[in-house]
Amino acid sequence: MANLSKNLQDLQEEIEGHARSYGLDFFPVLFELLDYRGLNQVAAFGGFPTRYPHWRFGMEYEYLQKSYSYGLSKIYEMVINNDPCYAYLLECNQIVDQKLVMAHVYAHCDFFKNNLAFSKTNRKMMDVMANHGTRIRRYMDAYGVEVVENFVDVCLSLENLIDPHSPFIVRDRPKDRDQPEDQRPQVRRMKSKSYMNDYVNPPQFIEAHKKKLEEEARRKKRFPEAPQRDILKFLIEHSPIENWQRDILSMIREESYYYAPQAQTKIMNEGWATYWHSKLMTEKVLTDAEVIDYADHHSGTLGGRSGRLNPYKLGVELFRNIEERWNKGRFGKEYDECEDLVERARWDRRTGLGREKIFEVRRHCTDVTFIDDYLTEDFCREHKLFIYDFNPKTGMYQISDREFKKVKQRLLFQLTNAGQPFIFVVDGNFRNKGELHLQHKYEGIELKHDYARDTLRNIQKIWGRPVNLDTTVDDKGRRITFDGEDFEEKDVTDKVA
Amino acid sequence: MILRIEQDHNRFKQIIRGRIKKDLKKYISSGELIGRRGKDYISIPLPQIRIPQFIYGPKQTGGVGQGEGAIGTVLGAGEVEGGKQEAGNQPGEHLLEVDISLDELAEMLGEELELPEIRPKGRKNIVSSRDRYTGISRYGPETLRHFKRTYKETLKRSISTGIYRPDNPILIPIRADKRYRSWKSAVMPQANAVIIYMMDVSGSMGEEQKEIVRIESFWIDTWLRHHYKGVEIRYIIHDAEAREVDRETFYHTRESGGTVISAAYKMCARMMELEYPSEEWNIYCLHFSDGDNWSQGDTEECVSLLKTQILPRVNLFCYGQVESPYGTGQFLVDLKEAYTEDERVALSKIENKEGVYQSIKDFLGRGR
Repeated sequence: MANLSKNLQDLQEEIEGHARSYGLDFFPVLFELLDYRGLNQVAAFGGFPTRYPHWRFGMEYEYLQKSYSYGLSKIYEMVINNDPCYAYLLECNQIVDQKLVMAHVYAHCDFFKNNLAFSKTNRKMMDVMANHGTRIRRYMDAYGVEVVENFVDVCLSLENLIDPHSPFIVRDRPKDRDQPEDQRPQVRRMKSKSYMNDYVNPPQFIEAHKKKLEEEARRKKRFPEAPQRDILKFLIEHSPIENWQRDILSMIREESYYYAPQAQTKIMNEGWATYWHSKLMTEKVLTDAEVIDYADHHSGTLGGRSGRLNPYKLGVELFRNIEERWNKGRFGKEYDECEDLVERARWDRRTGLGREKIFEVRRHCTDVTFIDDYLTEDFCREHKLFIYDFNPKTGMYQISDREFKKVKQRLLFQLTNAGQPFIFVVDGNFRNKGELHLQHKYEGIELKHDYARDTLRNIQKIWGRPVNLDTTVDDKGRRITFDGEDFEEKDVTDKVA
Repeated sequence: MILRIEQDHNRFKQIIRGRIKKDLKKYISSGELIGRRGKDYISIPLPQIRIPQFIYGPKQTGGVGQGEGAIGTVLGAGEVEGGKQEAGNQPGEHLLEVDISLDELAEMLGEELELPEIRPKGRKNIVSSRDRYTGISRYGPETLRHFKRTYKETLKRSISTGIYRPDNPILIPIRADKRYRSWKSAVMPQANAVIIYMMDVSGSMGEEQKEIVRIESFWIDTWLRHHYKGVEIRYIIHDAEAREVDRETFYHTRESGGTVISAAYKMCARMMELEYPSEEWNIYCLHFSDGDNWSQGDTEECVSLLKTQILPRVNLFCYGQVESPYGTGQFLVDLKEAYTEDERVALSKIENKEGVYQSIKDFLGRGR
């Protein structure tokens, strides 16, 4: 590692110093210089040169290689959430680009270290990935490459069936377990004189409470107790697969959980890094001769085809907007209730809290809360945000609205669960025949049907018994069943909500 | 340096080959691949292999964008497909271009159609050597002196020894400065197979018919090139008269005249007689028509031309009759009558693009 030239080492030292002086707080960063093939390789591996063998990395590589050689795309930078943080530089980049990338990387690294969504990620992932690689290779030696590869394909088809919030939820509290099975909880009655009893403990209340307790007892018999989003976990714990398969499935799950926060904070993470590279470059690092090149490449990052929303741009603009608002005191009841446009535009209370505020935001938010809390109507108007929809009549995407509320709602919807549908396992003993019952929580968008069927096929391979998915097609409830040989689809009466 | 990814990359390529092989039938009957042919490689567009997951259907999604435009402004059909979605972790649909070599494609074709290997006749792999002046040497005849290189050497020497005077830049080469062109003998494989394509371009052969010919000839080219080191290709078009043309013209000419097939056969026979002695060449003649000859008399002449002049020389004579709404298709019937037994003659009726598959099998299935 660390094959930097003296020149780049000096630069790293300089930029690291500047980053620290602004208050960024990061793991040690190890830069490695790679040629484009090397960088494409690392990118294809999702950042880790030590992944398990799988054709999909080869496919990604093929794509990156082709796009690079046709001049369509070029990866500038690659940084992975680990302690120490590994970052890769492209050998053939100009010095000004290397500076930009380094500044960018330090901000990413600060974000990894401090954002709460990342707080539960494994910081020794480089080693973990290498271990996964070794284990899967060993299974390949033992059971055959194709057998293992096919199983990995099956697992990857389910890799998004996790609950990104679950690392933060403490489940299975020990006190629940301590309770003996037979000791049914009783409805508690308040102490009272007999003539007052009906008033202190009204019978309908007692009755309702009793029902509730019974319901709870029934629920405990259910399997799983409550609908579970972490389907991978459920499958790992309850499916009749072999141990090596269980091991692979849990490795895939672990990697999914590692990557999940990155999908949850794409806008913030890139916005934060862009904010800081621009600050470090323009205030500290740039030499006069480099200004034009820097401006060119910086605008390249923030540009993009018109009509598209660029996460780098949205993120950085929003951070700047927050900084300005908190510097000028444009927040709180008084400002929100001010309807005088002139005064609002002139509003400046010299609070100077901007810098502090953005550090706080980068610590507490994910994309969803970032947009929800800080995307204002003014911002939406100023940056010309709109929503577009597919018009089936023309076969085109068209701008459909610019209203603030709708834009924000759509944006939030797309960010929720990183743009993935919500699927729950509701019953592991469906029809009392050991079938698996899954439910798609319908929120106005249907599943991609052919994929859903193929995924179901893969789940069945793991579960062994027939699997059922309740979803919504054409506004009607639909149950797709796969029994290992055939698919069956039928309408179910109640729409799944 | 070998990268670790190579292993995965090769595995991926292997999978892709499997897919191409599986879909080869589809590729054979579509003209898609023809335009994608490089010198040794062909690039095949494939949809990226996506591992199925529970994801949202694309069309209903819509998204959030940024920029000018009133409500109703069209953003384009596929343009925004990725859109804001990219904030998620879904890669957009990429189309992969996979390069495979023509040799490999031919092998797949062979396996798919169960084609026997060709047994070439005549001298195999004739090679000739040719001298090419590509090198530089310190010795040689003055006639081959390389002025520029010699000049450079002289200049270098003068400067480094301090003789050179910028105000009086006279350079005098000495023996050691002189550089000469030198040659290398390159072994060139010589063509020992020729394909002569003949096509009826009379009014009744439409665009669709020509497309079929084009597709079919692409695969035949690929297969024959796989077996012979160098392959020459000649093109003859005919209506009532025949003439030799280049490839472009061959596929794009449309005449309105009638059809006299014997004209083409005569020309073909003459071509073979003059340029391709049959003891040295593996000759393949392919004729495509809609089977509507001018007269029965001419057909008889064709049959006799084939018998006396063409068939004795060729490895294989193929006649592909492309179905057209105008043709009677009589010619195929006549040929069939005359040559059912002759294994040098392959006859095939191609009804549409899907028929190309069977027809290639008919033509190349004899291993000649």
